[in-house]
Amino acid sequence: MKIRFANKFKGIAGVVTIALVLSLLLAGCGTEKTGGSNEAKPAATDAGDTIKVGILHSLSGTMAISEVSVKDAEMMAIEEINASGGLLGKKIEPIIEDGASDWPKFAEKAKKLLQNDQVATVFGCWTSASRKAVLPVFEANNGLLWYPVQYEGMEASPNIFYTGAAPNQQIVPAVEWLLENKGKKFFLLGSDYVFPRTANKIIKAQLKAMGGELIAEEYTPLGHTDYSTIINKIKATKPDVVFNTLNGDSNVAFFKQLKDAGITSQDLTTLSVSVAEEEIRGIGAENMKGHLVSWNYYQTTDTPENKEFVKKYKEKYGADRVTDDPIEAAYIQVHLWAEAVKKAGSTDVDKVREAAKGLEYKAPEGLVKIEGENQHLWKPVRIGEVQEDGLIKEIWSTKEAVKPDPYLKSYAWAKDLSN
Amino acid sequence: MLEIVAKIKEYFLKRNAVISIIFVLLCLAPLFLSDFRINLLGKFVAFAILALGIDLIWGYTGILSLGHGVFFGLGAYCMAMYLKLESSAGKVPDFMSWSGLEVMPWFWKPFASAPFALTMAILIPVLLAMIIGYLTFKNRIRGVYFTILTQALSIIFVVLFIGQQAYTGGTNGITNFKTILGFSLSDPATKLSLYYIAVLLLLAAYVFCKLIIDRRIGRVLVAIRDGENRIRFSGYNPTVYKVFVYAISAGLAGLAGAVYVPQVGIISPAEMGIIPSIEMVSWVAIGGRGTLTGAIIGAVLVNSLKSVVSESFPDIWSYFIGITFIVIVIFMPSGLVGIYQQIKKVWRNSLLLKRKEAAMKH
Repeated sequence: MKIRFANKFKGIAGVVTIALVLSLLLAGCGTEKTGGSNEAKPAATDAGDTIKVGILHSLSGTMAISEVSVKDAEMMAIEEINASGGLLGKKIEPIIEDGASDWPKFAEKAKKLLQNDQVATVFGCWTSASRKAVLPVFEANNGLLWYPVQYEGMEASPNIFYTGAAPNQQIVPAVEWLLENKGKKFFLLGSDYVFPRTANKIIKAQLKAMGGELIAEEYTPLGHTDYSTIINKIKATKPDVVFNTLNGDSNVAFFKQLKDAGITSQDLTTLSVSVAEEEIRGIGAENMKGHLVSWNYYQTTDTPENKEFVKKYKEKYGADRVTDDPIEAAYIQVHLWAEAVKKAGSTDVDKVREAAKGLEYKAPEGLVKIEGENQHLWKPVRIGEVQEDGLIKEIWSTKEAVKPDPYLKSYAWAKDLSN
Repeated sequence: MLEIVAKIKEYFLKRNAVISIIFVLLCLAPLFLSDFRINLLGKFVAFAILALGIDLIWGYTGILSLGHGVFFGLGAYCMAMYLKLESSAGKVPDFMSWSGLEVMPWFWKPFASAPFALTMAILIPVLLAMIIGYLTFKNRIRGVYFTILTQALSIIFVVLFIGQQAYTGGTNGITNFKTILGFSLSDPATKLSLYYIAVLLLLAAYVFCKLIIDRRIGRVLVAIRDGENRIRFSGYNPTVYKVFVYAISAGLAGLAGAVYVPQVGIISPAEMGIIPSIEMVSWVAIGGRGTLTGAIIGAVLVNSLKSVVSESFPDIWSYFIGITFIVIVIFMPSGLVGIYQQIKKVWRNSLLLKRKEAAMKH
């Protein structure tokens, strides 16, 4: 009797456990009942009554502070398109994923968007590391990524449209302008990762060719907050210009400690390429006042399109919010994609890519154009000075949009850089 | 004949029912799940291999290591070096030339061979664990001091790998792989094969761990957990056993890393850090430590949950995960498998009680 009871129980418990594990496993691997059927029709985006697009930014982790506002700009553009009747007669349906400031997570979510959700395109990424992580995914699945941030160049994937500046639309003209107006002695300061390292490689070649002088090249780890030794070194070596490629929190520490050390923008010229209006809010305008930056767009840029854009953005997300270069690039890239889809009459990646070539758009920063050769944007270059209110005043700009040249092929001195 | 059938039935359905079912499910999963989900599940299977290692050292031996991300990362980097070399076809890998390195470093060269890379993926973690384990355990550093040491190890490796950008790819890590042994990594057939290889390796790892814990050595490990001094007085040298289990556990983590990389397509120093290392321990805690099945269930379920919740609630998913962890740790201290055992106990007790009452009546 005893044995039979125990066995009987074992059987029941076994079944219960199996059921539990099975249901949990199935739940875990999730959404298959609905997701699986999607697989059968590859052109799900054309078949449904909405066009699915992916939005892939870090909504948590260290990069969230920058990427959330970029996501907001993309959502605003999608709402605008939907409000004006949608695209090809359909509404755009954004699918938001969190890359969580973790590069393998970006790759996982990119796979999910392309393979499971079959999105027509993805707007996303901020750091070069996240872009490099998803690039093989987009190439293997023939997906389309729109990337809104300035970067170090040396890349042109047929599956990515780069709507931020290439080095020749931000760094190279800035160095040229500094050499002409501020002096020859350069101090290079950056965070230790691929963007500052590559940017400085370019700057060094340029200084050599144009008669500049490299005083020092210093790197600090991402998140580094003690700049006293670096500031002492700056004091000792007396450079004409500090070219700043620091990223994130480090900028707060650097500019605050620079001010505490009694060095103002009157005594020392610094030019930053990763500090925009959004970052100045964190650093504090009083710490950055008078320092220089180089971008393609400022909130103060004087075009009718920009007045409209800033007004809409503030209405939607609050009067205390600011717009800046990556936010603007994120906003226009959604419209650029929509224009290309309209022109192609389809959301098919190959057709959209063809249609996008040479496409022009009246952006808040001015007229931009997609260069067919490398899928970057023609953009105007602007050097600006940080004002007391945290906004940036343009002090110099190119007359027209500059042709993107990610590999710096048109510069003789940059011949050895790309390989 | 019938006896053998009965024995097999006894072995698989009664004594190892749960684990048999898990493996049958894992093998059948490609019939139900899309390519993308299988790829994800393959990643979780890699994590399960690592969880088995953590369970050996923590669940059975009672040593808490919060630095297993390092061993996982080392294994993953070894594999990534091989994959990177294969996809750059003899040239210097792209990230090296960005960082100003023109010549391939000598220690990269042998990784062009897949067997060498795979061996190193296991051997390097094992050796590192043996050195660290020997130095710490011999000096009777244990408990929380050992745990802190493993955390320091994790920080050191993250800083080292970020700093040596030219050799390791820096914060970006190593990515953009094309082929493995000549097979395209984006080909669904390759992906499916990688998945089944992962499942097979998990099975092998499980059998290996089971062999260890079912033998005398396994009992010594448990005895170290429950009373290290007694073991020492009985004439055993716990140092040898602790170094052994630490090295085995590190080797499994390295293997897991090597299985992880071709399926995920990237490894970065962040994966070696403290937070991933703590997460790894939490899989075992949730699944149920001290049971190999619990480690596997924990690794697969926690990661599945993470994926699904983050897809459904991209803005607030991390809070959900945190709350789930807290609830499970507070209300189910011995994990999911522990619950099964608790239910079993309660049931059995009530049965006993009933029988006693029945006996009393007679």
